[in-house]
Amino acid sequence: MPKLLESFAIPAAALLVSVILFGIFVMIAGTNPIEVMHSVYIGAFGSWFSWQNTLVRASPLMLTALCTAIPARIGLINIGGEGALVMGGLCAAIVGIQLNGLSPMFVIVSMVLTGILAGGLWVLAIGAFKYYRNVNETISSLLLNYIAIAVLNFLVVGPLHDPASMNKPSTYPIGKANMIGDIGNSSIHYGLIFGITTCVILWFAMRRTTYGFAVDMVGGNLRAAQLSGLAVGKLILVTCFLAGGAAGLAGMLEVAAVQGNANTSLNAGYGYAGILVAFIARHNPLAVIPVAILLGGIHASGGFLQRQFNLPDATTLVFQGIIFIVILASEAFYGRLRWFKPRVSTA
Amino acid sequence: MTESGMGAMGVVIAVLGGAVRVGTPFLFVSLGECLTEKSGRINLGLEGNLVMGAMSGYGIAYLSGSPWLGVLTAGGTGMLLGFVHALLCQQQRVNDIAVGIAMMLFGTGLAFFLGKPFIQPVAPHLPALSLGGWSSSPVIRAALDINVLFIIGALLAPAMSWFFRNAKWGFIIRTVGESRDAALAMGINVNRVRMLATMSGGFLAGIGGSFLSLYYPGAWNEGLSSGQGLMAVALVIFARWNPIYCLYASLLFGGAAALGPALQSVGITWGYYLFNAAPYVLTLGIMIATSSSKQRFAGMPGELGKA
Repeated sequence: MPKLLESFAIPAAALLVSVILFGIFVMIAGTNPIEVMHSVYIGAFGSWFSWQNTLVRASPLMLTALCTAIPARIGLINIGGEGALVMGGLCAAIVGIQLNGLSPMFVIVSMVLTGILAGGLWVLAIGAFKYYRNVNETISSLLLNYIAIAVLNFLVVGPLHDPASMNKPSTYPIGKANMIGDIGNSSIHYGLIFGITTCVILWFAMRRTTYGFAVDMVGGNLRAAQLSGLAVGKLILVTCFLAGGAAGLAGMLEVAAVQGNANTSLNAGYGYAGILVAFIARHNPLAVIPVAILLGGIHASGGFLQRQFNLPDATTLVFQGIIFIVILASEAFYGRLRWFKPRVSTA
Repeated sequence: MTESGMGAMGVVIAVLGGAVRVGTPFLFVSLGECLTEKSGRINLGLEGNLVMGAMSGYGIAYLSGSPWLGVLTAGGTGMLLGFVHALLCQQQRVNDIAVGIAMMLFGTGLAFFLGKPFIQPVAPHLPALSLGGWSSSPVIRAALDINVLFIIGALLAPAMSWFFRNAKWGFIIRTVGESRDAALAMGINVNRVRMLATMSGGFLAGIGGSFLSLYYPGAWNEGLSSGQGLMAVALVIFARWNPIYCLYASLLFGGAAALGPALQSVGITWGYYLFNAAPYVLTLGIMIATSSSKQRFAGMPGELGKA
């Protein structure tokens, strides 16, 4: 029990410290920190309108967070969510454009599968480079992000360019009929359901199956896992595929529920924010859900802060950076605080 | 000379000139990373130092009118970020790779925040030595404008190599990087050495950033860096932790990154974005080709393998 309490109390305390540091930062920038924090709250969770805004941003964050959280369990620090999202979205859009005109259900299912496959293979490559050639996965995943973005830019201004898209180079649209709609009469698209479901499924896979146990074993002690006969290579590849598939699905949803085509907005930083979500959630797929909603809220409040206090849109980036650093620093406190040590009974 | 003949020559010259111009930030960041890694710690956050250096250097150069003051400020900012990185990493159970990612996001976010007012103004540029005065071709002249910072960096590489081999401090850094236990047994304060190495590395990365904003491309904006700070980390592995190889590798990467713009300058615009990916593909290809799952790299500091 004290251990469970610790895993809630330390991140909560770290978030509080981050809020204070951020408050000092905006105070130096010449605004009233209490008013700014109040506006962050209003912009994120203050009304049904802000809630919808928050949840729309939370769904891709859940999926890109899984892209870092799942490989972390096997001991890999993967930051390739951005690239997997871009590739998933791009390939899903290509399939959607090609199949446009067929039954929408069939088109959407094909796009979902394509998105998962494209993102999955993209990150699987990172795992393969690591396992077969011992290439540092953090660096290779980052390089692949830039490569994915270059491929996207090349295709949307070149071979796949829709001449009708003037200001923002885009591919042809996937067609109105093939778009994923909103839940009820809200402005939250069904991506949220996909995000939450994926988190729950992967939590189950990681915590309640022999596969998940094997992954934790490799992540905990590679030598022991090898000696006990686990197929480490296969586990790494499967884990990377699942991680990339989640981010690829996020890209597909951005295309099919928000953009309607593939364009440079796919590369909007969800992949990078997802890394932060994964670290705050301590790589637990279930904890990813509330953390993604929290971070989605901070994102959603960005525009509001800009209008109200004339703070640059990078303000939310600074806030996220502070949270990230404080959360990492808080790792040093696990197992070292007296309050969370099991009490020795004196009886 | 035919039109296309000059075009091909022009591309070659532009790539060579670009290798020096685009390679300079790589050079400074990779030397900084090399110094840090020699002490047994990886700083993945140098991308943040680079962007913060670019922003602060540009801002101070604009406000003070002196580009060199800008360069120093950029170094100082980088050193400060290095200090934060080192401070976090020496805590128990804190992973230096993760701290690097956090510092990268924090540094770029902070630079975008503070840099908003400096997007419009024009700051003075760093001076360049024109070695191409003898030529009438503007392409050649542009390629032979060598910036003073590049010359400093090119001299710094052999100096650092000498330092690691012959200076007492170089020996101490290498000992700490090879084996923490051996260094402790010799009575060396490991944390302090790594702190100083990370701060000095951060200083150099910051200077690399000031080159971006004060010389080439020569203005501050949010799209200024596209992962040069991270590629430099890969470059150090490729250069086998040898400062002189860092110099050669930076020129190679600079040339690869200059390919897209060089082709565009002679009117080949097809695949511009694809050529932009050249340095990343090159880095990845080199890492895959030169890594091995069987053995460690020659020249790799012993402490880096321990995670």
